[in-house]
Amino acid sequence: MIAEIPSFLSILTFLPTVGALVIAIMRFTARPEDQAKIGENSRGVALLTTVVALGLAILMMIEFDPSVAGFQMVHEVTWLEQIGLGYRMGVDGISVLLVLLTAFLMPICILASGSIKTRVADYMIAFLLLETLMIGVFTALDLVLFYIFFEGGLIPMFIIIGVWGGQNRVYAAFKFFLYTLLGSVLMLVAMIFMFLEAGTTDITVLLQTEFAQEAQTWLWLAFFASFAVKMPMWPVHTWLPDAHVQAPTAGSVILAGVLLKMGGYGFMRFSLPMFPNASDYFAPMVFVLSIIAIIYTSLVAFRQTDIKKLIAYSSVAHMGFVTMGLFTMNDVGVQGALYQMISHGVISGALFLLVGVIYDRMHTREIAFYGGLVHRMPVYAAIFALFAMANVGLPGTSGFVGEIMTMVGAFQAGWWVATGAAVGVILSAMYMLTVYRNVVFGEITNPKLETITDVDAKEFGMLAVLAVSTIVLGVFSTLITDVTAASVDNLIANYNAALAATAQ
Amino acid sequence: MNADTLYQEIGLLTPEIILAGGAMALLMIGVFFTSDRASKLVYLASIALLVVAGFASLFWTGEGGTAFSGAFIFDDLAKFSKVAVALTAAMALILALPYLEAEKLLKIEYPILALLAVTGMTVMVSANDLISMYMGIELSALALYVLAAFNRDSLRASEAGLKYFVLGALSSGLLLYGSSLVYGFSGSTGFEQIAMAVDGGTNVGLTFGLVFVICGLAFKVSAAPFHMWTPDVYEGAPTPVTAFFATAPKFAAIVLMARVLMEPFGAVVDDWRDVIWIIAVLSMGVGAFGALTQENIKRLLAYSSIGNMGYALVAIAAASQTGLWALLVFMALYMIGVVGAFGAVLSMRTREGMVENVSDLAGLAQRNPGLGWSITALMFSIGGLPFMVGFFGKFFVIYAAVQADLIILSVLAVLFSVVSAAYYLRVVKVIWFDSSDIEFVPSSMSVYWVTRVAGLASVLLLPVLGWLVVRAYSVGLATL
Repeated sequence: MIAEIPSFLSILTFLPTVGALVIAIMRFTARPEDQAKIGENSRGVALLTTVVALGLAILMMIEFDPSVAGFQMVHEVTWLEQIGLGYRMGVDGISVLLVLLTAFLMPICILASGSIKTRVADYMIAFLLLETLMIGVFTALDLVLFYIFFEGGLIPMFIIIGVWGGQNRVYAAFKFFLYTLLGSVLMLVAMIFMFLEAGTTDITVLLQTEFAQEAQTWLWLAFFASFAVKMPMWPVHTWLPDAHVQAPTAGSVILAGVLLKMGGYGFMRFSLPMFPNASDYFAPMVFVLSIIAIIYTSLVAFRQTDIKKLIAYSSVAHMGFVTMGLFTMNDVGVQGALYQMISHGVISGALFLLVGVIYDRMHTREIAFYGGLVHRMPVYAAIFALFAMANVGLPGTSGFVGEIMTMVGAFQAGWWVATGAAVGVILSAMYMLTVYRNVVFGEITNPKLETITDVDAKEFGMLAVLAVSTIVLGVFSTLITDVTAASVDNLIANYNAALAATAQ
Repeated sequence: MNADTLYQEIGLLTPEIILAGGAMALLMIGVFFTSDRASKLVYLASIALLVVAGFASLFWTGEGGTAFSGAFIFDDLAKFSKVAVALTAAMALILALPYLEAEKLLKIEYPILALLAVTGMTVMVSANDLISMYMGIELSALALYVLAAFNRDSLRASEAGLKYFVLGALSSGLLLYGSSLVYGFSGSTGFEQIAMAVDGGTNVGLTFGLVFVICGLAFKVSAAPFHMWTPDVYEGAPTPVTAFFATAPKFAAIVLMARVLMEPFGAVVDDWRDVIWIIAVLSMGVGAFGALTQENIKRLLAYSSIGNMGYALVAIAAASQTGLWALLVFMALYMIGVVGAFGAVLSMRTREGMVENVSDLAGLAQRNPGLGWSITALMFSIGGLPFMVGFFGKFFVIYAAVQADLIILSVLAVLFSVVSAAYYLRVVKVIWFDSSDIEFVPSSMSVYWVTRVAGLASVLLLPVLGWLVVRAYSVGLATL
């Protein structure tokens, strides 16, 4: 099997870069009059690349052994061994699904970019580079390598928002870039400190390293600054609505679907296992912030007049469930957080696509502009209904599983935590059902909507895939929990052992 | 001293002899044959000389050592720096040729002054004595003053030259005063003897002298608060001269500074670390905030260079082997970025002549994608953003600082890097998001290739970065 060759993960990670290079070479060697054709061809190249990457990711899943808790398919290349840096790749139960999620959303993003008509080749190059950097974040087993992938993703995203974004795109692009950079540079100093303490940047070694109590506190805070911005947690979430609203549809899908998951992944990979004492110490603070995020941003979402902004705020609320679940540090809570991450990736991606569908037709995202879409777009209304329900957390959809698991976990950590989260669930039903009613039901009052057409075959195809995934994951929750169980159990066992060791 | 040791000691000066002798010979040729073709020939021969001198240092296999009673040292640090100085100077000359031809400035004095300046720099990085240090500095500085005002018909170039000269003379004065204090209180001008004198601790006179020496050197590397001349000189001087100023002299001066602080005064690091700490923070701050509002790209790069020198000083403040090799890696990668960036500035020529505003780059990603992409990569690399090689320069600098327990300094350094990211992003924003109908005329072959290669190098160098780091690493281990 191809997945058995040692550099398999590197191939998967850098395959999109190869696609980007192919497009770049086409773009730079073509005559000026052929540039339009190159743009069209680049769509094909990008689609092919992302589909092959998806195929490789599926192979990776087949090859992946869920019963093993440690890292698998490890690929190591010595690089700067004098200093202690290296190039190491590998996946475990925590990261493998996120790699799959990334590879799964990318072809959809490429397909959803039909409305991009200018500078298509550059757009595709940026997206393919972004895919490499995103997969790299989840597969990197070296601290510095992780940081490079983590921060490098800002550059293509900056270009995507800034060039193909909406009205206020320059502001949004700068805010996105500088906000997230400011969060992560402190993490860089913390990483260097860890590097010097442990003498290596190998994550597998660092997971075994015990850092001193006081150092842990500072390191935890530095990492928290980075991941909290990326998640985003209240009160550092303000970049997200701007970036989401201004980004093109595919950019929003990737932002919500994958980039936000990097924060949660970072907590699971670094903060919890490497600084267990500090995590334990700060857990109540995280709970409070998560509950504020869930309740406050749900209320904010309720007052939005722009659909995309509403979904953006709802993302912040859903990420609150993730942070809450993670820091409960019990089996069901952490598994639920991971579940919620995967499920939110699918659901929010679909919701942004749904907004994209009507935005492409009417070029506005104002909720007040719409109304009565069910009369002209019955299929659209049905799909939207499904995802609105999934976002609320209706049983039978993947959103339900994630929310119920994190809340059960939270209840074990403290009844007040679960209560706060439950209020959030009610609020999410409130804003989601309201927006659904305003956009889809009622009579058509706006004459411009008379001619709106229902989803076409391509849009239907993309949405159908996501819809099926949501329902399948909502019913067969073991598909995910089986993969994550061994790694999460291991994480929690080590965490509790570390806490017990210091308690003595 | 017998003939054998004399011969051996002169052998250590091979690069200097190649450069100085070559400069003299070319001066003769230039004086006797005054045609334009002769000027061009002299120019090309100067580039060749620089490359030869660089390779002579690179492939020097003999043992290092000191010459002239310890006044001159040829060690791994000097070797690394000479290669870097000679090659970046050669790049700067390659970039300058088309501009000089177009502006009718191609005179033999230009390459010869550049050669003499580089000779001075090679002496600087080999200085092991206060006197040879001062000789090296002045030899390069005098040549650079003339180069700054090389376009003598331009008011701004003359102003730049004068400003540079007056402030440079002031800094030389400070340096000399400091040196004489150090000499007076330690009893010797040789670095080794000074090191012995300060080993048991310093006294007020010595510390006082050291502070003056640091001030004088801070002028040369344009570190705040001695940076005032930089934006004006960068803007006023002809662009290729600015490109030259921003590369080789900076490298030589920062290496000299590292050597002076770490070797003779290495034992009293606590006496000078706070000074460097403050200068580093001020430089990073001035560089980051000063550049935010600049419209002229040369001024922007001037502030960027002030800021980047601040990072170099962070490595010096670490005062360790790690600090030294981090400094070399950082400077070498920074040189690539700067050479490319000035190549880009030299490409900004419209039908009416050169343009220098950031806004003139508008829409470059579309109307001239090769150049637009190169500048994008170079800006991110100079800014030290990940997956560009420039990131590793800053990474190792911070690494050295954290290792030396300078946590606050490293936190400040990364925070300033976020501020400075804002103006690098502004350039990228203008290139990608804005549009305009300005059309640049195609740049000449040499500028074209230097820009593209530097742009590509800022990404593609990643795999070979290891080689550079290992070279610098061994220099660090061998030197201290």
